[in-house]
Amino acid sequence: MYKIVAIQTLAPQTKLIIVHAPEVAEKAQAGQFVILRVDERGERIPLTLVDWKPKNGTIVLIFQEVGVSTKKLGSLNVNEELFDVVGPLGNPSDIKYYGTAVVIGGGVGIAPCLPIATALQKVGNEVISILGARNEKLLILEEEMKRVSTKVHISTDDGSKGHKGFVSDILKSLIEKGNSIDVVYAIGPSVMMRAVAEVTRSHKIKTIVSLNPIMVDGMGMCGACRVSVGGKVKFACVDGPEFDAHQVDFDQLIKRQQAFIAEENLALEHIEKHGGN
Amino acid sequence: MGATRLQTKAKPEICKESIPMPKQSVEERTRNFNEVALGYTKEQAVAEAKRCLQCPQPKCMEGCPVEIDIPSFIKSVSEFKFDEAIKKIKEKNSLPAICGRVCPQEEQCQENCVLGKVGDPISIGRLERFAADCEMTKGKDIPNTKASTGKKVAVIGAGPAGLTAAADLAKLGHRVFVFEALHKPGGVLVYGIPEFRLPKKIVEAEADYIKRLGVTIKPNALIGRAFTIPELLKKGFDAVFIGTGAGLPRFLGIPGENLSGIYSANEFLIRVNLMKSYAFPEYDTPIRIGKKVVVIGAGNVAMDSARSALRLGAEKVYIVYRRSRKEMPARVEEIENAEEEGIVFKLLTNPIRFFGDEKGWVKQMECIKMKLGEPDKSGRRRPIPIEGSEFLMDVDTAIIAIGRTPNPIIQLTTKGLRATKWGTIVVDEKTEKTSLEGVYAGGDIVTGEATVISAMGAGKSAARAIHEYIMKK
Ligand SMILES: Cc1cc2nc3c(=O)[nH]c(=O)nc-3n(C[C@H](O)[C@H](O)[C@H](O)COP(=O)(O)OP(=O)(O)OC[C@H]3O[C@@H](n4cnc5c(N)ncnc54)[C@H](O)[C@@H]3O)c2cc1C
Ligand SMILES: Cc1cc2nc3c(=O)[nH]c(=O)nc-3n(C[C@H](O)[C@H](O)[C@H](O)COP(=O)(O)OP(=O)(O)OC[C@H]3O[C@@H](n4cnc5c(N)ncnc54)[C@H](O)[C@@H]3O)c2cc1C
Ligand code: FES
Repeated sequence: MYKIVAIQTLAPQTKLIIVHAPEVAEKAQAGQFVILRVDERGERIPLTLVDWKPKNGTIVLIFQEVGVSTKKLGSLNVNEELFDVVGPLGNPSDIKYYGTAVVIGGGVGIAPCLPIATALQKVGNEVISILGARNEKLLILEEEMKRVSTKVHISTDDGSKGHKGFVSDILKSLIEKGNSIDVVYAIGPSVMMRAVAEVTRSHKIKTIVSLNPIMVDGMGMCGACRVSVGGKVKFACVDGPEFDAHQVDFDQLIKRQQAFIAEENLALEHIEKHGGN
Repeated sequence: MGATRLQTKAKPEICKESIPMPKQSVEERTRNFNEVALGYTKEQAVAEAKRCLQCPQPKCMEGCPVEIDIPSFIKSVSEFKFDEAIKKIKEKNSLPAICGRVCPQEEQCQENCVLGKVGDPISIGRLERFAADCEMTKGKDIPNTKASTGKKVAVIGAGPAGLTAAADLAKLGHRVFVFEALHKPGGVLVYGIPEFRLPKKIVEAEADYIKRLGVTIKPNALIGRAFTIPELLKKGFDAVFIGTGAGLPRFLGIPGENLSGIYSANEFLIRVNLMKSYAFPEYDTPIRIGKKVVVIGAGNVAMDSARSALRLGAEKVYIVYRRSRKEMPARVEEIENAEEEGIVFKLLTNPIRFFGDEKGWVKQMECIKMKLGEPDKSGRRRPIPIEGSEFLMDVDTAIIAIGRTPNPIIQLTTKGLRATKWGTIVVDEKTEKTSLEGVYAGGDIVTGEATVISAMGAGKSAARAIHEYIMKK
């Protein structure tokens, strides 16, 4: 049913897959995600919708192989099928005319930025992108982001491309140079999103982040994805995944994301020993 | 009624004690996830069925929300006619193997049983379960359905309400599509109630029966996001039934509740049941349990969570409840099972805060003792905190099982659908019709958290009303 029609390796451990899921493709909007299971014993994992073609009935997902589920996903071949795909889930991004939008993607977080940058540009915003990665090899979607941005800045941790350092450094210097910025979108590791929020906070620049807590059902039934936003408990899967960055309790999010590290390592050892089940 | 009548009956002997149902021993069952209750043998079932007085005006039927002809099916069992027994049940109930296991019979059919006045009531639930299981081990029947009407109905949610509505509508000759958000049908029956109380192969078999009636079940279809109700009506469905349940977990709203190791009962049970994390790492979804587990609440959900935690290897499991034993809402059988298994009940106790370690894991729970005051609106005595009685408990895992509210997505995405401030959908009591033409609703989404059988009852009345509506259309 959810057949993989194409696979592309974008960077080491980072793959793009095109999946046949017509009902999702018909309804998808920027900012939304799907939950999928690779096989009958699989975990439900969320991945952002990067692109969709209602005519072909296909969706595009980009993922980094970090653990059991994403490694299993990465081991599938063209014409093999995913066991389950449900979506679109979550609220779409609030796409409207802001003026100048800075879109910041870190690592595989660049993937979810692409549909948002595309949609923002389409309604007339000037889009400036800042893309970050650990090194040049891991940088993805640079060309695609260029197509929808007036300017693309790059940073790498090791300086192998662009600025040596973090995306938040670039944002800071853009602000200091007096660029007027009406909205910032930031998606990536939680520490990156927190750093961006700290940069924009004092300048009162509206900043939106897409949170990635651990999810199970993705439709509001378990509360695994709960996050504190402005002191209130929100379920990222139905109330989000996008929130006002200045209201998010990132410390709590980061701790909750690590809740199952011991088990995740155990699961990895298990598949290394036994293969995928 | 009956004293004189009873004496004139052919079978005058009244057997006061019911035949007990075999169970796995405590030592065994707390180490596995297999079903605790093992079910009657043929001999046991027949012996129990023979206790039935076959009242001419059976009170038991009045207690059954789906109007099963209880005396008839029991009579068939007593005569070794097990096929007839299950046929009789299935005239009214499409999910008997499930109801036989999870209905609160002591408050329904069995509460009314005349035998209950002098001894144990007839074990109607156990006999229902027996008849259903007999059929299941034997093979598959091809159910009778009416000729096709050419009408199409969409059912949203594959819980007991939705599946019952779907079955009844299919039997009447309509094309039925069930849209289910999760990857498997069954609702709470697959994601909530644990394997040891309701084996998932039974839910699968019951869902298969409904498919054999011609119903199409579409998993992974979250209505409201994938399609909205107005879109379904536009796509050619003649009517819609909403059975989306009460799946939104409630939290305590106390400090520290977002620490790791604190789960909603729904998260805990979804991981364990639907995702089978009790078999981690053979199955990919993890769960971490630790040594000391507290479960807050004392309903079926709390009992299921506590007993699951025990089976996952917890050393000590506590039920923490702010009222007293009398007010505990769980089925009596489950409270007894939990006690037998060594779950410790801390009653008249309310948590007020959680403390964590530097990594954000829960470590301790602060509680306060309670006493009961005047009855509140629900008629139950209101728990009041006793000042100065605070104390600390060490905990590795906390599971919050204090209730669930309606799933909100449909209400949020359907214009003109009337809902209460509690989020339940407003319907006409008899027909389950909502404020929208052609749209019906029933089960927990209408009543708030209730029971499997009441959800099925609502599915039944809605099916009747939908049939009338679309045949006139
Ligand atoms: C709304 C949302 C959108 C996402 N979009 C993308 C995307 O487009 N591309 C991408 O590569 N990743 C995305 N993620 C993260 C992705 O879901 C996780 O990397 C994946 O679930 C890891 O599973 P695993 O078994 O491979 O790794 P594991 O070894 O199980 O986990 C590695 C880390 O991933 C996180 N994680 C584990 N399980 C889950 C889970 N069920 N749900 C969420 N996070 C989990 C945890 O923080 C964990 O420490 C998204 C997450 C969310 C919530
Ligand atoms: C742990 C637990 C133990 C219980 N034990 C008992 C017991 O022993 N005896 C008893 O009688 N009752 C028990 N109950 C209560 C009983 O299970 C419920 O009252 C009953 O399941 C309600 O049925 P329903 O069909 O209304 O909803 P549910 O069973 O909740 O089913 C609703 C279904 O709709 C789906 N859904 C929701 N939103 C959408 C959407 N937008 N689109 C598509 N699908 C959607 C959900 O995924 C779900 O599958 C228990 C409940 C729990 C949680
Ligand atoms: S993932 Fe379960 S409520 Fe959000």
